[in-house]
Amino acid sequence: MTMRNRNDEECDMATDIIYGGRVSEIDGAMAEGDNLWLSNASLKRASGWELKPEGACMGDMCIPIPPGRATEFVRDNRRGFNLAALARYLGQPVVHDDKNRAWYFGEAAATRRASLASLQAPDFELPDLDGKMHRLSDYCGKKVLLAAWASW
Amino acid sequence: MIIAVALDSAGPPAVRDFIRPASIELPPLMKDGMGWDDGFTSRAGVPQYPCLIDQKHIVGELYEFINVPMVVWIDEKGRVVRPAEPAGVAEDIVRAMDPKTYQVPKKATDEGKRLRRAYVDAIRDWVAKGDRSEFALAPEEARRRAGGPSDTDALATANFRLGEYLFEKGHRDDALKFFAEARRLRPDSWSFKRQTWELEHAGKAAGPEFFAEVGELGDKHYYAPLKMKGSAK
Repeated sequence: MTMRNRNDEECDMATDIIYGGRVSEIDGAMAEGDNLWLSNASLKRASGWELKPEGACMGDMCIPIPPGRATEFVRDNRRGFNLAALARYLGQPVVHDDKNRAWYFGEAAATRRASLASLQAPDFELPDLDGKMHRLSDYCGKKVLLAAWASW
Repeated sequence: MIIAVALDSAGPPAVRDFIRPASIELPPLMKDGMGWDDGFTSRAGVPQYPCLIDQKHIVGELYEFINVPMVVWIDEKGRVVRPAEPAGVAEDIVRAMDPKTYQVPKKATDEGKRLRRAYVDAIRDWVAKGDRSEFALAPEEARRRAGGPSDTDALATANFRLGEYLFEKGHRDDALKFFAEARRLRPDSWSFKRQTWELEHAGKAAGPEFFAEVGELGDKHYYAPLKMKGSAK
């Protein structure tokens, strides 16, 4: 059985997947409750992860599928992968809106805590009022007072 | 070097007048609530430092800005020497504020001015002395203060972000459900509360709901008390 055969009607609608802050519109994704099944090609496009013999891989890093839990992560003879299961396994928050077919994958709290504990100021890039982009790292070599405010 | 980041989902239109005001006359809230004065503002004028707009609250998440104004000190090597903290504001200034007129009693105003001056003096000391400044925290203390989000806090952020995405796509009612969940999961984030209220309808961030929530703080402060020499009452 292929992914498309499971539910052709559902597969015909695109799903918005926000992963690592990037939005991808993915055709053929299948949402089943809190699980989101993707083809290998869609998995890579939406998240950067790839299913390889050694597990879910991104760059040099591979996460082996936990022993005895393969059906949570892979199906259809390894042609379908559950991105939500991987995210939960990695401690990432996952939130979805079924009505609008939108999924958000956040950063794991432990990753954020480790970053804060490192005391290395995380870099970012934001526009000013004229649309000119600024990176924090542009100001390396200077003391920076990073001040947050809001109009509200 | 100052980098000001506006945590504003409404984007440039929401902040334009604050950065490039048509008039430099200060609103009473800034004068009374924050302890600013006309002299300070006329000297400052339109900021010459980068004023960035963070529509998705990315910097808010990276640095744990759960309220505004908050500040982080970063040294020349990109190391955080003071994690996010309220930037020289009286911890209960909002409690003292009249919800209708936004007037603040003189006692609270004076305290705001005192704290702001102490904070600016501390920054100047750090700029002059660097790591030798008594206000630059030792790494262990900076790490201890940095803390970080819990799993529930991270889930709150995910709800906020998805809500913001849906809002931007025009799915307002669906977005509001995720905003409400973000507020429920992370009640200490005034950034989430006030930003999402403001998106719900303009003015709500400083309206009756806001003051009602402030009134429910009990023993807690609106701003965490500043842990800095010279800031204690």
